[in-house]
Amino acid sequence: MRHVHAEPPAFFHRGPSPLARLAFFGVLSIALLFLDTRYRYLENVRRVAAVMIYPLQRAAQLPGEAFDWVGNYFITQHQLIAENATLKRHVVEQSALAQRVPDVERDNATLRRLLALRDRYASAAIAVEVLYYGRDPFTQKVFISKGAADDIAPGRAVVDAQGVVGQVTRVFSGMSEVTLVTDKDHAVPVKVERSGVRSVLFGAGAGHPPELRFMAPNADIVVGDILVTSGIDGTYPPGLPVAQVAALERETGQMFARIAAKPLAGVDRSEWLLVLAPSTALPARPEEPADPDAGKRSGKGRRRGG
Amino acid sequence: MALPNMSSLSPASQDEILLPARPWFIVGTLIAGLLANLVPLNGMALALRPDFLALVLLYWCIQAPRYVGVGIAWCVGLVMDVGDATLFGQHAFAYAFLAYAAEYFRRRVLRFPLWQQAAQVAVLLFLCAALVLLIRFVGGASLPQLTYAAPPFVGALLWPVISVMLQWPQRPRRSSSEL
Repeated sequence: MRHVHAEPPAFFHRGPSPLARLAFFGVLSIALLFLDTRYRYLENVRRVAAVMIYPLQRAAQLPGEAFDWVGNYFITQHQLIAENATLKRHVVEQSALAQRVPDVERDNATLRRLLALRDRYASAAIAVEVLYYGRDPFTQKVFISKGAADDIAPGRAVVDAQGVVGQVTRVFSGMSEVTLVTDKDHAVPVKVERSGVRSVLFGAGAGHPPELRFMAPNADIVVGDILVTSGIDGTYPPGLPVAQVAALERETGQMFARIAAKPLAGVDRSEWLLVLAPSTALPARPEEPADPDAGKRSGKGRRRGG
Repeated sequence: MALPNMSSLSPASQDEILLPARPWFIVGTLIAGLLANLVPLNGMALALRPDFLALVLLYWCIQAPRYVGVGIAWCVGLVMDVGDATLFGQHAFAYAFLAYAAEYFRRRVLRFPLWQQAAQVAVLLFLCAALVLLIRFVGGASLPQLTYAAPPFVGALLWPVISVMLQWPQRPRRSSSEL
């Protein structure tokens, strides 16, 4: 029996078949995905490509900016008067508080000197505007209007008027990417303001509230507690409000309590954010005591990671 | 006098033979699709936003397979990965798959009127979205919200509009004596 060729004759041939090409590029994609998720080798390539694509991104933002400008131009006097009144009321409300600040600051400085504590509060902060929300539906990210040119570096904490919003994770020339506290597995070391119990707040992805994991069922936490940053990680300055405990489930049969928290900051609404200056360097981590099977353990860890 | 203009806005009929697309026009429409994808949106508009670049790419894979194939689609996908700050290779894989599916289905898809083409395009875009979901899920991402399923359908609804827009310059110019 003669074999019938399904392929076209040679003079119609246009390189490898589509299936072969799909297989080739599919394997290439999987290799890239693997490199990007596991090792993050491609950050430099991404940075260069992002610079090349930046003009297009700016061009895409122009219509929206023009629309905003026209909208601002036609804002009514009535709206301005109302806003002015609100702002004046806020000033009066806050002036009483503000008058106490110098006094408290002086006391605080004296006490810190007495305790020989480092002044770890951020001194300078950079105000930024949210350009747009991340288009990737799997992550919770926003892009802000300042980048490497304005001394923004990865790891800076980002806050709004109410509390912590997230952390700068990638910096491009004219903008930066901020990972929000609601992003899956984004961790913020926190403590309960009322009782001082320390924990770590993990984001749970879109549509789910962040949660405190690995807390004993009898931990001193009640619904409504405010969680503030503990400052242990050296990324977030201590004392910034992060979230409020929204739901609490203590099942004695479970190892841990289920604690859901609601972010205090307008994580998905704020238009203006503040990028905090890095906190002063923590003292170096002390040397690990000599451990006979340290080498073995690290070797195992590396194998598991790869 | 308005009638000839109106007829040029309706889809090309079965017996009409389109002129070959010019390469610079293909490149231009791909850049326009990329621009449309990069427009900053928030809230509901962001959730419903179709992938314009995928639609343009699909159109050219069906209409001009000699110029746009799996390789070009993969490169365009890499650009989209940078633009969206997603994982490297995620859009590239999805677009390469889309180009392959278009190559496979193109002779059949072209026989149908635009609305029935849109139904088939919906299936292709949905498979594409499912592929991305699988890639991200294996990579350890959280599951997106249910609105994740919306963009493929919005994209399919836009398919007739995009087809008519992209085939407009390829319609043969009729001389006035013919009318």
